[in-house]
Amino acid sequence: MSTRRNEFRYHSQLRQSAAERHAETHPLTWRLREDGALIGLDEYVDKQGYSAVKKVLGELSGQDVIDTMKEANVRGRGGGGFSAGVKWSLTMQGGDLPRGYLVCNADEMEPGTFKDRLLLEQQPHLLIEGMILAAYANNSFYGYVFLRGEYVEAAQAVSKAIGEARAAGWLGTNIAGSGFDFDIALHTGAGRYICGEETALINSLEGKRANPRNKPPFPGQSGAWGKPTVVNNVETLCNVPAVMQHGAKWYQELSGGLSDDGGTKLYGVSGRVNRTGLWELPIGTSGAELLDRAGGVKDGRGLKTWLPGGGSTGFLLPEHLELALDFDTIGEYGSRLGTGLLAVVTEDQSVVSLVRNLEAFFARESCGWCTPCRDGLPWTLKILQSLERGEGEQGDIELLESLATDLGPGRTFCAHAPGAAMPLESSIRHFRHEFEAGITHRRHAAHEDPIPVGEV
Amino acid sequence: MNENASFNIHSPIASDGDGFVLHDEDRNHILEERDHYEQPQAACIEALKIVQRRHGWVPDGAIPAIAEVLGVGPASVEGVATFYSLIFRQPVGRHVILICDSSSCFLTGFDELREAITAELGIEFGQTTEDGRFTLLPVCCLGACDRGPAMMIGDDTFGPVPPDSVAELLKEYA
Ligand SMILES: Cc1cc2nc3c(=O)[nH]c(=O)nc-3n(C[C@H](O)[C@H](O)[C@H](O)COP(=O)(O)O)c2cc1C
Ligand code: SF4
Ligand code: FES
Repeated sequence: MSTRRNEFRYHSQLRQSAAERHAETHPLTWRLREDGALIGLDEYVDKQGYSAVKKVLGELSGQDVIDTMKEANVRGRGGGGFSAGVKWSLTMQGGDLPRGYLVCNADEMEPGTFKDRLLLEQQPHLLIEGMILAAYANNSFYGYVFLRGEYVEAAQAVSKAIGEARAAGWLGTNIAGSGFDFDIALHTGAGRYICGEETALINSLEGKRANPRNKPPFPGQSGAWGKPTVVNNVETLCNVPAVMQHGAKWYQELSGGLSDDGGTKLYGVSGRVNRTGLWELPIGTSGAELLDRAGGVKDGRGLKTWLPGGGSTGFLLPEHLELALDFDTIGEYGSRLGTGLLAVVTEDQSVVSLVRNLEAFFARESCGWCTPCRDGLPWTLKILQSLERGEGEQGDIELLESLATDLGPGRTFCAHAPGAAMPLESSIRHFRHEFEAGITHRRHAAHEDPIPVGEV
Repeated sequence: MNENASFNIHSPIASDGDGFVLHDEDRNHILEERDHYEQPQAACIEALKIVQRRHGWVPDGAIPAIAEVLGVGPASVEGVATFYSLIFRQPVGRHVILICDSSSCFLTGFDELREAITAELGIEFGQTTEDGRFTLLPVCCLGACDRGPAMMIGDDTFGPVPPDSVAELLKEYA
């Protein structure tokens, strides 16, 4: 019966046909089926699954894995872009040190980000294989998939896959006869964006409130229960099997001349475009190509601005569409690649309203530990609300600018506040006139241009 | 453990005032979860979710009960229970509706969806319908941004949900 339920049910969508995806070019998605069904153990193994584990465990050393990962330059896909190989080389291990933990960050809550969901729901064995290899490199004895509580379907897929992998001997003691022991548990969260910050995530894993931790010590030195702990994003970990299977050079070459970074990226587009969704493309692909694949802006509207990788990245202009979507390039334009999922804003949508929406999110999700974040964000929100209503006062924009500075890097315990500052600062820089239009004496201007989001 | 010991586990709960008794199945489930971690406190969030799955929310009496099972202080369970947005410390409706209020959904019609649901149910965010059927809450980006506006009803994720279909969709949740 339940017709509406089925009609509107959400399904993760990769917008590339199977014919376009090959093992040599699409390490993250080539196995995925056209129908989007879950890839179980048998199918995964049929499609070269766990062959990287077979190749590495017992044959290569953990240090070899780290070296290969460093050379491949797999940069953190959770948004920070830190080289996974470099991170792993800093993990404390050896001697009398206890073996530590490997944690997969599957908390995906960054506004505009919907990529890890696809990998978790449709191909959990790739993640498990990546985790085994990462654990081997970091000498971790136990792993957790820290999954946001709302990802119900992903929880089912991951826990089923963990069970299958354990039964097949890919998890547990003496994996594939190598003498290496490692197992994984699924940990599901209970809400709060801040859990995605890696030290807050560790606190949450330990059953505490998700406040970030002071660094140093870094998790690689002392993380979960004081043991060396490596936290990596789902997509980062899903890159590891192919890197170990085909080598660092192959991985580097995937991005051709597009980027100094290696590999592919699971890019996406949301907002008012004709074909929203996900694409696995060489890292360094341009925003223009992505927008083209997304069929362009809907209803012939113009593009006003875009966010390159989540709510905590800076606004870019149409002219920036030609840039390579990689960490270094986007970083040069007052923004960040972040998660690499574009949010498109059309010319008839209000930047002030959108920034108000974003700052309301950051204000609500602040953990409240640092003053600039706890007090600065509600204040920011209040000013934005009055500007949105056309009731702003002289000096409000300057105040927002100084709030953005106070929220910026280096003044808080974690990157939540700097993440909130980036869309704020960049929106004022690019669209100051829209903010000015919200100041009381220019009320009429606020009514002419632009109409609020949601009235279209 | 002898019988007295297990009796003692129950006694502080019974005296708590709201008569909360932890279901045996839930106790065992919590103990199982505890084994996944180096320290029992870690199972606290899962324990709260286990209780919530049975009762719909986490009554006050559940806090000392969980603390007892895990062998941790009630204050550390309470601190966690109040921090996380998906742990409900008040009764909720049979179905919890979570509407994504993050940026991509905002750009694709969150306001209209929220208005349609509010009009249909006569409740705002944070409220429960009088018949106890639905509770309405906002939620962070549901990772369904390519099909916004997105929402969840119970464990089901939907998107995009046209505002004029809201009434029919809600009808399917008794
Ligand atoms: C407020 C905040 C939220 C975050 N949320 C996530 C998240 O949901 N998923 C994620 O992978 N990384 C998230 N991160 C980044 C993590 O702190 C960390 O850098 C990442 O998990 C490291 O993995 P990677 O190097 O593989 O990207 C967040 C960071 C901050 C400051
Ligand atoms: S910056 Fe904000 S979220 Fe991060 S620790 Fe400080 S108060 Fe908490
Ligand atoms: S912004 Fe609503 S699902 Fe991502």
